[in-house]
Amino acid sequence: MATFHFELVSPQKLLFSGEVEQVDVPGTEGDFGVLAEHAPLVAIVKPGILTVHNAGTAEKIVVLGGFAEVSPKGLTVLADVATSTEDFDNAMIAAELKTMEEKVAQMEPGSALDREIARLDHFKTLQFELTGTALH
Amino acid sequence: MASLKDMRVRIAATKATQKITKAMQMVAASKLRRAQMAVEAARPYAERMGKVLGNIASSVTDINSAPKLLVGTGRDQTHLLVVCTAERGLCGPFNSAIVRMAREKLAEIKGAGKDVKILCVGRKGFDQLRRQHEKQIVETIELRGVRNIAFENAETIAKNIAARFETGEFDVCTLFYSRFKSVIAQIPTPLQVIPPLFPEKQAGAQADAAYEYEPDEIDILAELLPRNLAVQVFRALLENAASEQGARMSAMDNATRNAGDMIRKQTLKYNRTRQAMITKELIEIISGAEAL
Repeated sequence: MATFHFELVSPQKLLFSGEVEQVDVPGTEGDFGVLAEHAPLVAIVKPGILTVHNAGTAEKIVVLGGFAEVSPKGLTVLADVATSTEDFDNAMIAAELKTMEEKVAQMEPGSALDREIARLDHFKTLQFELTGTALH
Repeated sequence: MASLKDMRVRIAATKATQKITKAMQMVAASKLRRAQMAVEAARPYAERMGKVLGNIASSVTDINSAPKLLVGTGRDQTHLLVVCTAERGLCGPFNSAIVRMAREKLAEIKGAGKDVKILCVGRKGFDQLRRQHEKQIVETIELRGVRNIAFENAETIAKNIAARFETGEFDVCTLFYSRFKSVIAQIPTPLQVIPPLFPEKQAGAQADAAYEYEPDEIDILAELLPRNLAVQVFRALLENAASEQGARMSAMDNATRNAGDMIRKQTLKYNRTRQAMITKELIEIISGAEAL
C-alpha cells in the first residue's frame, strides 16, 4: 500500500515522524481518514483518538485538540496535547472535565459558552471511548 | 603594604567567591541540560506551525477579509517591541545583548518618525530599559515564580499582546529573544509576529495552494493565528531559558578561572612577603649576635 509522510507534533515534543499508510483524524466536522495522495486540506482537530495505521498495525494516540494540515508533502497534525492511549491518564481527563463543567456553569451565554460546551462534549465522548470497551 | 593577615583574609575571600561561582556554574549546567531538551523538543512544533500558516497565508483567497492578525492593519505607524530577557543577572552579556538589539531597532523606528511601545518580559530588560525609555514601556511581565516555562505562561503573554492589538494599540509586533545556538553561542534575534513574516513566500509556493477548509477558512484562521502567536512566544521563552543558562554557565566558568588566577597570584605574593619577613628577622638576629 502506498505510504505518505506523517508528523504529529505537540508544543512539548515531536511525537511521530515517518511514513505511514493511513491516519484517522478526529476533525470537528467529523472524523476523516487520510491516505496517500489526499487532497490539500486544513482542519481543526477536536479532542479524540487519532489512529495511525502502518504495516497492519494500528497505533492509537489521544489528542486534545489542534490542527491537521494535508499538503502534497504529507500530513502534519499540530496537537495541543498528545499521548498514546496506554500512557493516558484517565484521572486527568476526569479532573479536566470537572473544571470545565464548573467554568461552563459560570459563563455568560454567548459564542464563547457555545465553544466551551462543544469542547466539553468532545471530552465526554473521549472519556467514554477510553473507559468503555472502545479501547480495542 | 598590606600585612600578612590582610593578605590571608583576601585569599580566603577570593576562594569563597570561587566556590560560589563554581557552584553557580554547575547549577547552570544542570539546568541547561533540561532547558536545552525543552527547546529542542519545542522547535519542531513552532517550525511546523510557521510552515502550515505560511502555506495557508499564501493561499488565502481574499486578502481584504483575512484576519488582521495575519495581514496586519495595513499601517506600520506604531511598533510594539516585546523584549524577552531573564529574571536574573550574572549571566554574561545575555541580557544586555538582547536589550542592545532592541535599542538599535527602537532608534531605527524612531528615526523613521514612528511610535514605539515596549512590553518587557523579564525584569532585567525592564531594569535596563527603564532609564531611557520609561514612558514607552506599557507593561512588564515577570516570570519570577516560574521554574519551568509552561505553554500556559506563553499563552497568557500572547493573549495580552493580542488584546492590545485588538484595541489598536500598535500595528507591528516584534519579539526580541536570544536564540540558543550552542552552549557558547547565543544569538539575539528579532522575530516579527504581527503580522507574521514568512520567509518562503515566493512565487513558486503558489503551486501547492488551493486548500480545502474544514470548517471554513475564517474559523480556522481565527483559531490558528492566536495559537501561532502563543507558540512563537513559547518558543522565544524556551530559547531564552536555554540561552540564559548557557550564558551563565560560560560566564561563571570564566569567573571561576579568573578567581583561580587571582588566588595563585595572591598566594605567590603572600609567600614572598612571608619569606622576606623571615629573612629580615634572621638578618636582624644574626647581626644582633655579631654585634655582641
